[in-house]
Amino acid sequence: MSGLEDLYREIILDHYRSPRNRGELPTPPAQRAEGFNPLCGDEVVVYVQVDDGILSDIRIAGQGCSISQSSASLMSAAVKGKPLSEVRALIDTFKAMMSIHQSSLASQAGDAAEGPGISEDPAAAPGDRVVATSSSPDADDAARDDLDDAFEPEPVDPEALGELAALQGVVKFPVRIKCATLSWNTLAQGLDEAAAR
Amino acid sequence: MSPNPPSPVARTAGVLDVARLKRDFPVFERTARGKRLVYLDSAASSQHPRQVLQAMDHYYEHSHANVHRGVYELAEEADDLYDQARRAVGRFVGAADPEREVIFTKNATESVNLVASTWGRHSLRSGDVVVLTEMEHHANVVPWLMLADEIGLELRWLEIDDQYRLDLEPLDRLVDGARLVAVTAMSNVLGTIPPLRQITETAHAAGAVVLADGAQLVPHQRVDVAELGIDFLAFSGHKMLGPTGIGVLWARRSLLEAMPPFLGGGGMIRDVRRDGFVANELPWKFEAGTPPIAEAVGLAAAIEYLEELGMDAVAAHDHDLTAYALASLQERFGDELLIHGPRSAEGRGAVLSLAYRDIHPHDLAQVLDQAGVCVRAGHHCAKPLMRRLGVGATARASFYVYNDEADVDALADALAEAGTLFG
Ligand SMILES: Cc1ncc(COP(=O)(O)O)c(C=O)c1O
Repeated sequence: MSGLEDLYREIILDHYRSPRNRGELPTPPAQRAEGFNPLCGDEVVVYVQVDDGILSDIRIAGQGCSISQSSASLMSAAVKGKPLSEVRALIDTFKAMMSIHQSSLASQAGDAAEGPGISEDPAAAPGDRVVATSSSPDADDAARDDLDDAFEPEPVDPEALGELAALQGVVKFPVRIKCATLSWNTLAQGLDEAAAR
Repeated sequence: MSPNPPSPVARTAGVLDVARLKRDFPVFERTARGKRLVYLDSAASSQHPRQVLQAMDHYYEHSHANVHRGVYELAEEADDLYDQARRAVGRFVGAADPEREVIFTKNATESVNLVASTWGRHSLRSGDVVVLTEMEHHANVVPWLMLADEIGLELRWLEIDDQYRLDLEPLDRLVDGARLVAVTAMSNVLGTIPPLRQITETAHAAGAVVLADGAQLVPHQRVDVAELGIDFLAFSGHKMLGPTGIGVLWARRSLLEAMPPFLGGGGMIRDVRRDGFVANELPWKFEAGTPPIAEAVGLAAAIEYLEELGMDAVAAHDHDLTAYALASLQERFGDELLIHGPRSAEGRGAVLSLAYRDIHPHDLAQVLDQAGVCVRAGHHCAKPLMRRLGVGATARASFYVYNDEADVDALADALAEAGTLFG
């Protein structure tokens, strides 16, 4: 069951069992954003409190599978107290990691050739970003959508992601990518709405 | 005719010989995630015996031409095969007039949409009542919601009781003044099989017609439209060993005659002028464009295969396997495993919607997948029912002719592994 161990790392199960920053924040002053995965009924609500360009507080509500819940929990721990610019950069980095053609990360992690979609596209040399031209049948819509704003020139460095790197095994399970990115997209939406206010 | 007679009858004394009939299904020659393939998702789509695949191949290799009365030999053969398929379907569901009452569609969903767009739009008026049940598949909900948006219908809902059976207590009241009762013949989530005949008698007494969504029941039990007394029956080929891309609408001839056509185009007309058209006779009136010919041939082969097994033997097999699964899962997991559906195998089909501890259905399905066990996690296109059950999703295992007790045991073992992982 090596595949499963890649997906359900201990850190993920830990965040699933004991999610960090669960709860709500009063709105206003906090901003509330809601994300929904119609495929599995998963639902995440992200509350963000922004003060002077700092994401000073975050809370997560909703329900879902271990991947969506642990991703939300890990995210909340990673972004809390960070300047918005860093939060935005982290969202991009995380979503790049979740893009199934992001083979550089996988090869650094030493298991490049296994996951569906990673080795399938002969044009995708390690480090290459094959984006809109993807023809992999495994590429799911969200992953493709997610790529639109996930463009940055440098390959993802798993070190920079810290505990979040535990989620990289998800890319081998294409239908679960949406679960992992749900809270991140919801956070981005919350930040946009907070900025527009 | 079918070039490949069905394999020697894979049953003895009314009991399916699963080990033997499984050899008819090429897919079981492969593994899944390196394990024995345990396919428990036939409620979503079933697998295909060689007889179906070969019938379709043979058609493509020897007799393919468009239907609609070409004069050359190939076209004649294609016409014959297509007509034979219609007769086979009619025979299978007990149609009084197969050559007029069996309409080929794309799937069960299209069949219901056909009824809503033609009979519904033609016969229903603002304020008319349509009775549905809360265990319907979206295929038998959304077309009525769309029509309700368009012309303003009153939708009433039959509900389930705490045994997951349809609560018929309010039926008299609900059908009072109703024009249509649209009900699933078997729930794809709960397995519940409602008493269709009783519902139909009550509906008819109130002056309503009855549409049965047979997508789940028709593959698993003998369904006789005359015995049930229903007016419309919708089902899909791909859940009954046949190919995707073909579905069936059976309807009473008198209703079909009165309904306007569905899609417009070739085949469905008798005459076309600049200022109008005259619709063709039944059944072509409802089959615009080139139909799914090879798929009809495949469906006919699937029906032959099922008839060879005997639908009573198929139903008995389902029943016994469901009873075994209910008992063995209960014994092994007790209250930690919740089955959303009747706890006895009577009056229910071979569909088990599982909730194991508080493990999310997607996580459960993922762990099961690594053991080669294919189940479906999700809302199963039955969101009103999911709301009623108070869950976003379930993990659903469903059985068919090629499943046996070893498959149920593999399911149980994989569930236990999930329990350990998420402990
Ligand atoms: C009860 C029921 N009705 C309708 C359908 C729709 O079938 P199809 O998708 O083949 O149109 C299904 C299939 O999932 C079903 O289970």
